[in-house]
Amino acid sequence: MNSNHQWPTWEVFTQKKQGAAHEHAGSVHAPDAEMALLNARDVYGRRQEGVNIWVVPTNAIIASTPEDVGAFFDPANDKMYRSPNFFKTADGLKTI
Amino acid sequence: MTELNIALIEYCLRIADNSLIHAQRIADWTGHGPILEEDIAMSNVSLDLLGQARGFYTYASQLEGNGKSEDFYAFHRGERDFRNRLMVEQPDLKDFGFTMMKLFLNGCFDYLFFRDLMKSRDETISGLAAKSIKEVTYHVRHAGDWVVRLGDGTEESHQRIQKSLNELWPFTNELFEQNEVDELLIQNGAAFNKKELKVEWDAMVNEIITKATLIIPSDKIYFHSGGINGVHSEHLGFLLAEMQYLPRMYPDAIW
Repeated sequence: MNSNHQWPTWEVFTQKKQGAAHEHAGSVHAPDAEMALLNARDVYGRRQEGVNIWVVPTNAIIASTPEDVGAFFDPANDKMYRSPNFFKTADGLKTI
Repeated sequence: MTELNIALIEYCLRIADNSLIHAQRIADWTGHGPILEEDIAMSNVSLDLLGQARGFYTYASQLEGNGKSEDFYAFHRGERDFRNRLMVEQPDLKDFGFTMMKLFLNGCFDYLFFRDLMKSRDETISGLAAKSIKEVTYHVRHAGDWVVRLGDGTEESHQRIQKSLNELWPFTNELFEQNEVDELLIQNGAAFNKKELKVEWDAMVNEIITKATLIIPSDKIYFHSGGINGVHSEHLGFLLAEMQYLPRMYPDAIW
């Protein structure tokens, strides 16, 4: 296959257990959603990694740029009060 | 040993041989897949089949009870001892569509076969069937998906997958073959009548073949058979020579 005719890529998100957040696992090539799902299963789900898979066309993801770092993230640096650090949580609570 | 146990051993070896030889054929694709993802997928399928073979070999060795290991069955028997269907031993590494069609036709049968076998009165067999059917369900989905894509794809892919179907069809009658071993186990509730799966298999296969715009070959052709009696095509000997070379040449080899 000519490198100019590669299938489009899809981003793969796997869920480790029910209720947990889907996490980015990597990407696969596929011509459509069904094959993207099958390929994602084969590449990222073959070692019991999870219970659910999402695939999303890579070009559907809108990412912030490196230039955005300052405006997006720096203002949070000196505002501890925005973090929920000071709340007491029940013992044994793991998913927060 | 009871007559029933002898039949069970033979039955397990048939299932295991089918899986092992099919696994070995598909493993030929490792490193040669059309794209990386498919390469990984085929290795996964091969390892699924290998796992099935190990389960049934292990059970056969327990029944036989003379210290034979799963490796004995895989590496130290000759071609006349192997009980696999002729379809699975046909060389795969010539056309990707051929491999997918073979996996699909076999997978449809194995799905129905293991579904019945989950109700076996023999708990080890029903357990192994329950584990295997999940894998086979995926193989049918994966291979069926490709059969439709290639059949309903370009003119060339259509023509090539139709050729694969034509080449494999003469091996499909053997899927339903059985003999006195099956009959004894059927009487004992350990196995089920494979001939009764034909109608459902036809329906499963037809659905995908129709979707793929392909044509099922005529039934007025010569159908191959012989696997359950250890009579094979010329390909199995070469496969075994390669697969068995290392453990026969270096009997003490370990990982």
